[in-house]
Amino acid sequence: MATVVDSSDPKSNFPIQYRELNYLNCSSGWKSWFFTLDHKRIGIMYLIGVTCSFFLGGLFAVLLRTELLSPDRVLMGPDSYNQMFTLHGAIMTFLVIIPGVPAAIGNIILPVMLGAKDVAFPRMNLGSFYLWMFGAAFFLAAIVLGGLDTGWTFYTPYSVTTSTAVITALLGVFILGFSSIFTGLNFIVTIHTMRPPGMTWFKMPLFLWALYATALIQILATPVLGITGLLLIVERAFHIGIFDPALGGDPVLFQHFFWFYSHPAVYVMILPAMGVVSEVIAVHSRKHIFGYRFIAYSSIAIAMFGFLVWGHHMFVSGQSRVVAVIFSAITFSVSIPSAIKVFNWLTTMYKGSIRFTTAMCYGLAFIFIFSIGGLTGLFLATLATDVHLHDTYFVVAHFHYVMMGSSLVGLFAAVHHWWPKISGKMFSETWGRIACLGVFLGFNLTFFPQFLLGTRGMPRRYYTYLEEFQGLHIMSTCGAYLLGLSSALMAGVLIYSVYRGKKAPANPWGGASLEWQCSSPPPHNNFDHPPLAGDPYIMESVVYNEEIGGYVPVECQGDNKQSVTASGDKEA
Amino acid sequence: MKLFIPNMLANADAGFWFPPQGSTVAEHSDSVYFFILYVCTFFFVLIVSLMVLFMVKYRHRPGVEAEKTSTHNLTLELSWSVIPTLLTIVMFWVGFTGYIDMRTPPSDSYDINVIAKKWSWAFQYPNGWIESELHIPKGENVTLTMASDDVIHSLWVPAFRTKMDVVPGRYTQEWFKATRAGEYPLMCAEYCGQKHSNMISKVIVHETRGDFDKWLQQASDIHKNKTPVEAGEYFYKSRGCIQCHSLDGTPKNGPTFKGLFGSERKFADGSTGVADKNYIRQSILEPQSQVVAGFRPIMPTFKGQLTDQDITAIIAFIEAQK
Ligand code: HEM
Ligand SMILES: [Cu+2]
Repeated sequence: MATVVDSSDPKSNFPIQYRELNYLNCSSGWKSWFFTLDHKRIGIMYLIGVTCSFFLGGLFAVLLRTELLSPDRVLMGPDSYNQMFTLHGAIMTFLVIIPGVPAAIGNIILPVMLGAKDVAFPRMNLGSFYLWMFGAAFFLAAIVLGGLDTGWTFYTPYSVTTSTAVITALLGVFILGFSSIFTGLNFIVTIHTMRPPGMTWFKMPLFLWALYATALIQILATPVLGITGLLLIVERAFHIGIFDPALGGDPVLFQHFFWFYSHPAVYVMILPAMGVVSEVIAVHSRKHIFGYRFIAYSSIAIAMFGFLVWGHHMFVSGQSRVVAVIFSAITFSVSIPSAIKVFNWLTTMYKGSIRFTTAMCYGLAFIFIFSIGGLTGLFLATLATDVHLHDTYFVVAHFHYVMMGSSLVGLFAAVHHWWPKISGKMFSETWGRIACLGVFLGFNLTFFPQFLLGTRGMPRRYYTYLEEFQGLHIMSTCGAYLLGLSSALMAGVLIYSVYRGKKAPANPWGGASLEWQCSSPPPHNNFDHPPLAGDPYIMESVVYNEEIGGYVPVECQGDNKQSVTASGDKEA
Repeated sequence: MKLFIPNMLANADAGFWFPPQGSTVAEHSDSVYFFILYVCTFFFVLIVSLMVLFMVKYRHRPGVEAEKTSTHNLTLELSWSVIPTLLTIVMFWVGFTGYIDMRTPPSDSYDINVIAKKWSWAFQYPNGWIESELHIPKGENVTLTMASDDVIHSLWVPAFRTKMDVVPGRYTQEWFKATRAGEYPLMCAEYCGQKHSNMISKVIVHETRGDFDKWLQQASDIHKNKTPVEAGEYFYKSRGCIQCHSLDGTPKNGPTFKGLFGSERKFADGSTGVADKNYIRQSILEPQSQVVAGFRPIMPTFKGQLTDQDITAIIAFIEAQK
């Protein structure tokens, strides 16, 4: 049985594994949470908020899928259906995936990974959380004040003319935008100014590169969304013609504005997840990441090219042919950096010592699902095929493969990978893996049939459909139920561990980056002295210690009598 | 452009992926699809088999260490950057040429005007006749010039593999050459509100130009071939009235036609009136001028799309709904 060494044990020469006083219990009462400036507590509050939103959005998804069991009415009429898919999309995008990895996990891990005590602007960080809450409240208000039925894309002139609560929802989006900008700004400044001694740009863990690239997009693209929302509000409230042709506006202009933000935003969703996977694959394979520089540069390349491809959402909108051709060409250029990353992850596993921990299982699921998601993007980037596939279930399947199957599975990997650090507890690996398998199977069963629905002629956002599609819809709905149950199981396993889990050691998986050097969970100020940073992927720098049940730096292990190999086995 | 790639599955009849090919564009579009599909399948199988191989071969085993391997290799990394790049250039090119064909209406084509509105289609033939279904001859180029009365719609014929948004405030065009006679679904692909998913109609491809001309001749002579009530019923069904007005007394988005004629109407502005012939005529041409209390002002105008004779027939039909 592994015992956990407490700071109160003076004889131990190991790094402190666990402290009686940590960031979770160093103060108590609701004020100590709601007015906290501690990045970890803010991250936890984000995580709770994101999880609640995820289950709300997920509930809508399950209701939608149930309705689609039959072309006739099952649960609701077309108006409720339209509102539900709109809210499902808006909640999942703006409240779950965009803040998921950066604001929740990034907030907790980024400063610790940098060996810093906090982010550069802790007050602004708290402010960004309150903006998030505020924006979320506007979304909930929109549900109460007549719903929203425009689709999460708010296309004009429909959104100018519908009688639902568009203005309330847009204000929500506007406020959430600021939350996102604040987080981005904070991360950029923190990474620029607070790296510890020894951590040059190319010694940064790849998760930080990913967060950095994400933050660049957040602060450059989000203002455009904010302004677009305001213009639409002005048009609805004061009948000033901007996008509605009946008032003298141009409806396609809205699409340009919207996608100028929303295309880069899809990289806000995927880049952090890619960063997570780079960490997870390396640590759980006990291997140095392969092609560090290519991965780092490809994050930045994706962030930059991401700004130049928005027009690929508009190949059939009536935009000029020349423009369509240019956008198609540039779109292919974003797919290359994604391909590079996938091959680098695979090569990282080569000759490793792979442990199928829950986090690693999610990492592997990510590679599988993201490959499908990314490759199906090629059919959409190709002009001749996109004309058929645009606005069908094929697009629905594609973006769920990248947003749900990749971004969200990346978030799941992150949560499991850093859970011992965040909560100080180990969860049940067996149940965690069962949930992961359920998520993987449920996901593919839900969304793979949708590719076929799309190519065979099923448009998206359809309340009812032609008889011939029912079989595939039923398959998809069954998958959704499995997916829903498995994610609930996943949440259950993690929450259970908080109360009944074993105490976690400082470094349960054998990571070499700085966050594994402070105790689990970290104390209020993370590190007493700024740690010295080296290459974050030299896994040999830590070895397994039986007594602790986790990894310790090799230099400490030397003093210990027991001799253990780097991969955690007693030497014969 | 005829492709060098075999058209596996993409035969003339429905395959695993697609409905039957009904137009010249479909052949090209499908061959591009299958080309990309083969490339993607190759890479997907490669990625997943390597992953599974490594998962099995390098799974953690007691006593076996992770082996230190080199952490980068320029040749390897350049090759998996450059090879995909070359392949995407080919994809771009075949997609591009097909697209240019799809988007360049030929000069010798039969022109049909399309008006999309919530939630119906109106196809207007050169002689002025309007139908809610699209009839076209096989083997002839057909160009649709499309306009929308309200929000954005999108005209999609899956069998033809072609789609174009219908945008209010401007005209857009879509063309095709049908290669097989038959009936195919035609639908709205851009979300347009409550009945978006009911905005489905049909394309009917006639075997020869002669068949098509005969059909058009007969259809446009409706007032000669039918009684006013029959003609009115035809317009009721084909021009989209049926979407919002029932005949059985249940209110939908608009008031029911049952017992409408001659009844007392209460309007949203508080005034009242009797539903006589002039009232019905005005409701069709200027629907927003008198909105019945309890309904939203959402009915589109039919000005220019129904002749006086058509409206007279519709009035006769409504009058018959006792
Ligand atoms: C490998 C790179 C990718 C390529 C080449 C690609 C290509 C495309 C293209 C061309 C479209 C437009 C399709 C259409 O509307 O007809 C599209 C739609 C979309 N993609 Fe991707 N994509 C890629 C990766 C991603 C990623 C990583 C995400 C998000 C995490 C994403 C999210 C979306 C979304 C949300 C839509 C549809 C939005 C909507 O219409 O509601 N894509 N993609
Ligand atoms: Cu429509």
